This record gives sequence, C-alpha cells and structure tokens, in this order.
Amino acid sequence: MNEHVMNQPIGETRLDRNTQGVIGKGVDRYEGKLKVSGKAPYAYEHLIGEKVAYGFVVPGPVGRAKVRSIDTSRAMAEPGVLAVVTGDGLPRSSAQPMSPAGQTMDGEIFHYNQPVALVVAESFEIARHASHLVKVDYEEIEGRYEIESRRGTGRATDAGPMAADTKRGDFEKAFAAAEVQFDQTYRTPSYHSAAMEPHTSVAKWDGDQLTVWSSCQLLETNVQQIASGVGVDVSKVRLLSPYIGGGFGSKLGIGPDAVLAALGAREAGRPVKLALTRQNVFQTTSRRGETIQRVRIGATKDGKITCFAHETETPNSEGEGFFEPSGISSVFLYAGADRLVTHRVITSDVLMCSAVRAPGEATGMLATESALDELAVRFGIDPVEFRRMNEPDKDPQQDVPFSSRKLLECIETGAKRFGWADRPKTPGSRREGEWLIGYGMASASRANSLMQSSAEIEMTPDGRATVKTAMTDIGTGTYTILQQIAAEMLGMPLDQVDVLLGDTSLPSSSGSGGSWGANSAGSSVYVAAEAVIEEFAKRLGVEADALTLKDGHAISGNRQIPFSEILNGDTIRVVGTIKPGDTSDKTNQASYGAHYAEVAVNATTGETRVRRLLTVGAAGRILNEKTATSQCYGGQIWGIGYALEEDLVVDARNGLIVNHDLAEYHVPVHADVPKLDVVLLEERDRHASPLAGKGIGELAIAGVGAAINNAIYNATGARIREYPVTMDKLLPHLPEDVGAAA
Amino acid sequence: MRPFEYSRAGNVSEAGALAGRFIAGGTNLLDLMKLEVETPEKLVDITRLPLREIEETVDGGLRIGALVTNSDLAAEPRIRRDYEVLSRALLAGASGQLRNKATTGGNLLQRTRCSYFYETSQPCNKREPGSGCGAIGGFNRIHAILGTSEKCIATHPSDMAVAMRLLDAVVETLKADGSSREIPVGEFYRLPGETPQIESVLDQGELITAVRLPKPLQGEHRYRKVRDRASYAFALVSVAAVVRMDGGRIAEARLAFGGLAHMPWRDAAVEAALIGQAPSMALFDKAADILLAEAKGQGENDFKIPLARRTLKAVLADATKGA
Ligand SMILES: Cc1cc2nc3c(=O)[nH]c(=O)nc-3n(C[C@H](O)[C@H](O)[C@H](O)COP(=O)(O)OP(=O)(O)OC[C@H]3O[C@@H](n4cnc5c(N)ncnc54)[C@H](O)[C@@H]3O)c2cc1C
Ligand code: SF4
Repeated sequence: MNEHVMNQPIGETRLDRNTQGVIGKGVDRYEGKLKVSGKAPYAYEHLIGEKVAYGFVVPGPVGRAKVRSIDTSRAMAEPGVLAVVTGDGLPRSSAQPMSPAGQTMDGEIFHYNQPVALVVAESFEIARHASHLVKVDYEEIEGRYEIESRRGTGRATDAGPMAADTKRGDFEKAFAAAEVQFDQTYRTPSYHSAAMEPHTSVAKWDGDQLTVWSSCQLLETNVQQIASGVGVDVSKVRLLSPYIGGGFGSKLGIGPDAVLAALGAREAGRPVKLALTRQNVFQTTSRRGETIQRVRIGATKDGKITCFAHETETPNSEGEGFFEPSGISSVFLYAGADRLVTHRVITSDVLMCSAVRAPGEATGMLATESALDELAVRFGIDPVEFRRMNEPDKDPQQDVPFSSRKLLECIETGAKRFGWADRPKTPGSRREGEWLIGYGMASASRANSLMQSSAEIEMTPDGRATVKTAMTDIGTGTYTILQQIAAEMLGMPLDQVDVLLGDTSLPSSSGSGGSWGANSAGSSVYVAAEAVIEEFAKRLGVEADALTLKDGHAISGNRQIPFSEILNGDTIRVVGTIKPGDTSDKTNQASYGAHYAEVAVNATTGETRVRRLLTVGAAGRILNEKTATSQCYGGQIWGIGYALEEDLVVDARNGLIVNHDLAEYHVPVHADVPKLDVVLLEERDRHASPLAGKGIGELAIAGVGAAINNAIYNATGARIREYPVTMDKLLPHLPEDVGAAA
Repeated sequence: MRPFEYSRAGNVSEAGALAGRFIAGGTNLLDLMKLEVETPEKLVDITRLPLREIEETVDGGLRIGALVTNSDLAAEPRIRRDYEVLSRALLAGASGQLRNKATTGGNLLQRTRCSYFYETSQPCNKREPGSGCGAIGGFNRIHAILGTSEKCIATHPSDMAVAMRLLDAVVETLKADGSSREIPVGEFYRLPGETPQIESVLDQGELITAVRLPKPLQGEHRYRKVRDRASYAFALVSVAAVVRMDGGRIAEARLAFGGLAHMPWRDAAVEAALIGQAPSMALFDKAADILLAEAKGQGENDFKIPLARRTLKAVLADATKGA
C-alpha cells in the first residue's frame, strides 16, 4: 500500500527541483485535439451503431401534488414506443453530492416539472412526442414557493457543506457595545449551473451487469447513487465519464437521467440513451437556492472590526439538508474577536438546492465584500486600506495559523497593476458622455480541502507510463495536470505519459468538485510516482533519493539508464493513495485573491458594462499556468453574471421555474466580457498537499461580483443589495438630466 | 414534436395551395414545435423558392425577397447606406448564427417570447384561447406596457419589424387562391384584444413574398436597443428614429418602438408634437408624455415606463444634436 497521509507539511520534492521542467508550464491540453476535432466521446456519444432506444422525461405539470394515477395508454399506443416507466422509485431530481442515494418521487410531485415518467421509444422524436401523451391525474397540494414571507422559519441542519452555526465569543454583546454598527441585508437569487453539456446518460445491461456512461463529477459516490436508484448492488454497476462538458456542481450528484436510463433500458430490454433537454436540465436537476443574508459588523470608530456576524436564510426542498454555505469565508476572512455565522434552511417546494460553482463564497462574498465596501466608505477609508487594517494574523475563529495566506499581497499587487490610485474618489463623479465610470475591488477566498484519492501508474516495458484513476476532468484540465505531475516526478517527456480517467473500474478517486480535484488526484499520482521511483531504485540497488530522473532515464552517479532497461521486459503497476491528515486541522487552509473592476453604467438606461477586470490569485503551486488561468477567466465571467445577469426566476404562485432555457436565463455572452486580466502569485503551501498547491477552480468566482457591484456604487452612488444589479434597480438612482451628455 | 407531413414548395404559386404551415429559417417555428406549442400537421418548406433577391423598385425603394436572411439584409450595401436604421436593428437582434438562418418573412412573423406561452402546462390565451394568461400576475419583466388587453400582455419581439414600421415598409403577399395583396407594416399586426392568438392580418396559407421599402429617408438614423445583456437578448425597450433637421428645427421625425407592445409601436401624435419644433428636453418630455399617456405596468415591468421615456429622450437628443 503506497499511502501518504498529510500529517506533516511536505518538504522539498521532485516537483520543486523541476528537473524535467514540465510542472507549472502552460502546456496545451492533453485531450485538446480530441475535443476540438469531435473525437472525444461525451456520455451521449457512446454505443454508436448499436441498436439502442431513446428516452424522454415526462415532466409533472404542477408545483406540488399527490399523484392519483398516470395514464400511459395513449403513449404506449403510439407506434415506436417501447415502454413507459413509472413508479415510486423514479428520481425526483439530481442526487445530493456524496449522498448514498437520490430522493424518489414516492407518488408525489415535489416540484414543478419533476420527472413523473420516462418514455422509451425507437427514436428521440417519437419518445418526445409520446411524452406529451402521458396524462397525470393528480390532487394539488398547496406549495411553498418563496422564502421571503417565511423568514425566521428555517431549520438548522447537519447535512450541509459546513456546520450550520459557527460561533465564537458573544457576538450580540460585542455588537451592542461596538462604537460603529453596520447592519445590512443582501439578497442573491436562485442560480442554475447552466453547464454547456446537458445531463445525459447511456445505460446498457448485460445480464445483471449495468454499464452507464453519464456526465458525472464524483464517480465514487455517483456509482453508488445509480446502484441504489436502480436497486442493484454497487458491484454490478460500472460508470464511465471520460469527458464532461462542464458540471459547475450540478453533476456532483447524478442527474435523474442516470437512473431513468437504466430503468428504461431494463424495461425496454435494450440500451437506452437519455439526454435531458435544456428545459429538463433547468427543471429536474438541481439549483442554487436564493439567499437572504444579514451581515452585521461592529467596529471601533477608527475602523477596526471587533465583531462579525453573517446569517443566511436559504431554501431547500422537503427532506434535503443541504444549504448554500454563504458564511463559509466569514468564519475566518477578517479580524474580530466575537463571531457568529449561521445558516437556516426554509423548506420550499421548488427544485432541490445543491452545489453550484463555489457554493458559499459565490453568494456569501457578494454580500460581505459589498458590506466591507460600504463600511470603508462610511469610515472614509480606502477599501484597500480597510482590508489591510482588518487582516487577522491567524484564523480568528480557531486560533490556528493560516497554512499560507497572500491576501494582502494579492490586494496590493492588484491595486498597482490596475491603477487603483486613479479611481474616482467620489461616487458619480466620473462621466464619459452617457457613461458613468466607477472602480471597485473585493477580496477573494476559497476554503481548501484535500480528499482521499488513488491513482495507478503503469510502466510498460517500452518505458512509457499510463496514469489511471477514476478521477474526472470536467473541462478544467485534469488530464493535463496529471500528465504533467507524472512526467515531472518520473522525469519523462510529456508525450511518454498517457492518462486514463473517468471509469469506476480504475482506482477510486476524489472526483472533481469543491476545487479539490487537482490537489487530491494530483497527490495520488505523486504518491504512485514515488513508489515507481522506489521500485526503480531497488532494481538499480541505490537509494531513491540518489536518483535523478530526466527524459526517461535514471541518472545515478555517472550512470544513465533508460527506463526500458530498468524495466527489463516487465510491466510495473503501482497504486498511490493520498489521505488528508492532521495538517487540515492544525492549519486553516484557503486560497486567496483580489479583484478589481472598472464599470461603465449608462446614465440613461442603467445598463452596466464591465470595462476591465483584474484578478490576482495565490493558490499555492500552480500546476499548469494556462489551465489555471483559464479557470480564473471562467470565474471572472461567472462573476459578471452574478453581478449583472443571472437570476433563476421561480413563479411564487405555482413554483414554475420561469426562465428555463439559455435565451431567458442569462449568463454572460462574449459582448459582456471585456479583456480579462489574471495574475497568479508564486506560492507554495506545504501544509495543503504534497504538491504544495491549493484549490484554484472556484477562487476567481469568489467576490468578483461584489467588486463589480462596488464599482457600480462608485460610478453611480447607488448601493444595490439585491443581486443581480439590473437596470430596473438602478433607474431610480440615475441622474435626471437624460440626454444632456448625449 | 408532433409528427407532421412535410412538403417542399417548388414554386411560389403552389406554396399556398399546399395548405400547410410555411417554414423558412425554422429558428422560431422549430423551437415551438419541439415543445408542442405549435403543432402543425403539415409543413411547407419554402426555402427553395426564388425569394432571395433584393431589387430596386421604380419609385426608388427596395424590394426585399421574403427569404433574404437577416445577415444578408443587414450587410447589403444599399441597406447600410440608405436604410441604416434597418441595418442597425437587424444587427441588434439575436446572434450571428441565428441571423444567418432567420429570414425576412419569418422575422416578421416570429412569435412572442412570453415564458408562459412556451410552457404548455401553464394557462395562455395565445396558445390555448380561453385558458387564461399566466403572465398577468406572474413574471412579466419583458411584457408590454402599451396596447395590452385583459387577455394578453405579450410583446412582439422583433427588432427588424420596428425599423420596418418606421420606414413604412409594405408586405407583399400571395394568397392561397392566387391573388396577391400589399399590406403596409402599420396595418399588418394586431393588438391582442380578445383574440391574442391572431397576431397578423394574414389569411391561412398566405405567403409573404417580399417586403418593399419606400425610397430612403433623409436624416439621422438611430436604433437603440436596451436589454439585460450586451448582446443576444431581446429588447426591453427599443427606439428606432429617423430625424431630419432644418434650420435648427425638427423638419421630419419618425419614431417606432419595440419591447413595449404586441406589435412594433408607432404613434403619429408623438411625431406630430416634434415637427417644426426646436429640440429641447422639455419638448422630448412632452413627446414621451404623449407616448406613455396610456402606459400600464404589470408589476415586474413597471420600470419600462421610465425606461422608455429616458431612452426616447436620449435618442432624440442624440439625433438632433448636430443642429
Ligand atoms: C435565442 C434566440 C434569440 C433571438 N433574439 C432575437 C432578437 O434579439 N431580436 C429579434 O428580432 N429576433 C430574435 N430572435 C428571433 C429570430 O429573429 C427569429 O426566430 C427569426 O427571425 C425567424 O425567422 P425564420 O426564418 O427562422 O422563421 P421560421 O421559424 O421559419 O418561421 C417563423 C414563422 O413565420 C412563418 N413564415 C416564415 N416565412 C414565411 C413567409 N414567407 N410567409 C408566411 N409565413 C412565413 C412561419 O410559418 C412561422 O410561423 C431570436 C431567436 C432565438 C431563438
Ligand atoms: S401574455 Fe399573452 S402570451 Fe403570455 S401568457 Fe398571457 S396570453 Fe399567453
């Protein structure tokens, strides 16, 4: 067993020595050519040429109801229809991340457009048409479709991504005594992950063996969720997700398609392909719950924060304990002796809420980083300086040291690069024709975590290496960084290393989520590589430390031996496993960054355009500069969406998700995105993982929307506390002299 | 999608006789068919008909074939030079890919983007007459503030049609019985009234063959579209304007509006109030007063009333500033 438990900070490694010179380099994607040439098969593109059937989901036509009966006779009578699957065991929605099983419908409709049946037919078109012929007879139940009127009724659950409550000292007392009190409430709407690739599955039975190709982020738990949903033992199920067109949290748990495809295939006696339509994806997978966040900050009159409270109310549906952890960064980001972070879940009868792109920071920092800005303005202190004044020297909640923290360096580097000193000092004071110009900034932080993960390295007699793990690449660059890590550790040119991912028959892995993938899966490759080197050393009769590896050769003293010679006709297979350990408890681990935005707000209409956006990040060792930077671009773009556009609208009368396609659910388009600037600072976090890296995927999302909102304030003097900042909210605050500057 | 019969019209005169629903670019109709919002039993593909020409007319205007794509029309040099307002409106619509498929006839007849129209489990008088209107009291951010009825508050989503309305374009059609007619765009659309399912004056099987533009308008051309993101979003408010100044006064003013009503909106009284006047904010306010006298918000879209006022004023200020 080659295992590394992260109990101690890591010392110098072969990655630091950088002998092969590939780690950190912005090399092209391992699978890039396959993707751009259409040769990387996504889930739906399997079983080409086989006789398959096609599934189509029947959505429930109402928000909350008991189902009396489902009449499938008209659908079954349609030529080409093979089966209509119904029953209590049908999935309601996606499964909650890492849960043992998804929730089932059990004769009820829990949210509008919940799947109530699956039609399986000879063609997608027939299945789709027949789905309209399935008639659901139901008894409507009064539903709860909004949380605003039910504030205060939430429950504290223990099934969230963090503790519902985190407390230190006596916040209420400290706040009452504070010289300056800040108390504001912010609102963020519901969001959808809106990944490019819809949730799709292909399911095939061979006797009692089930193979599913599905678009999934965490195979280890996903295969269990499929097994439970279908009612078979997990050992009978193989799940493959070789390529994934984005997940953004919505594929952490299986989509309803995975179980439905398998049930349909069993009933039809044929493999079934099931692609959710864009509307289905919006209606039947998962969403991020809207939040109401109260932020209270007490401070001394010269601007030192003394106490900090962040209380969040957010919905979830019946039986779901997950909550949007908006307070996650408030636990430790700024100083203050007395602290209070709470989350309450208000039960609602709308599609279940789950992880979407940086759960917690993405919504929480929209609130807190606006609050910091408001406070800085109130004190008349530069927001940059205000953050410097309130930088804690250790984790203010747990009193443990930060494993590494370059927040202030990020802020300072950014201020210089962006030209922060030239910002309009008074809101509404800079105007270019019809446009009001403003600058804003915000901090970023994203909690870091390491997960258990395993990988195999296979060395074949020709001296080539293959990395094999049930890890996924959700478009982030995982194939590439695993190749780089193996190549650097083993001293091999990149083209000598292959990577196999996305198959539960491979060693089990952390999967991709919460920005932990690169460090967790990457560390398992590190561990496996160390074991390969150990074996090489043994064969050569030297100490592993004495070996230098480069270009497929082991160098020891004046000897230089090609790997093929060391292998001598053998194939070596070793599995390495990384496990989190004491360093996670002894240090507070997070990635940090800073965002700077320049916006132009149209003085006539309130349309906002982001003109410049800079993110400076520090996330430990950067494994591939290009893919890491791309991750940050993505975060910045989502941030533009959070600030200005994204809003999953639920009709409060009936629970309908109103804007359930990409024409009406707005995410940024090219014209919304200015030239993006990303700078990554040098950092090594030796507590975080053997790679000395931290999560980066979601760092850039955290806070960026607030930087934009702060810039809107600077441009207009209007402080909007309800996201997204759309023109209807800005209009009442815009100058009266329309046209004067035109 | 409900199974349908497909046929292809070989020539213009037979198209109507095939007695089916015409399909051109399909960018609107196909989406609606997939959702079974539209369930034609028969589709008549008109894309092979020779209706792709843009030709000059005897009175100095242009005749645009019904199948000229939005991309081609926007890029056509005579359109860009002489009908700038139209070119700008076209380019403000949809996305490059959609404009490559979308046709002139199809664009005129595209249907509303009301979410309740698209969701077949919801009431909608336009989709299912008599079932009610889901948007009233619901999410109606994009809905109309002018010319609405108790039955329907939907908007017409086209940008192109707004410019066509301003230009007094004329729709040329061929009926199923072989007769042809010419319909000014100003008479082409209908307000929702009691029958929101009837959107234009076209008869069953009546084919749009061309849209004719009168001779070019002198003056400043503007098309300003206000929307929730910088591109690829429908107009919340759009203002098309052509204004000609003479001696510091407004000699000619034409204004048409999108995003406000069930059809491209034009109000002769607004234009009349401007003509002969020297431009001023007070004047523009008066024009907006007239335009919005009957405006009625539905809650979520109340902001369109001040937004329309502000946008109109800014466009007028911009179009008259050279004087
Ligand atoms: C995501 C999205 C965004 C969009 N954004 C915008 C926007 O911002 N602004 C905008 O203006 N538009 C926008 N559009 C709409 C687009 O402009 C229309 O879909 C397009 O113009 C329709 O043209 P078509 O040729 O594809 O019509 P089709 O879909 O083929 O037909 C539409 C209708 O017209 C009828 N028809 C077509 N041709 C004729 C004819 N010659 N005679 C009689 N009847 C005919 C059809 O029977 C059908 O009822 C958007 C569309 C989408 C999908
Ligand atoms: S506004 Fe018109 S299109 Fe929309 S739901 Fe009401 S009737 Fe239907």
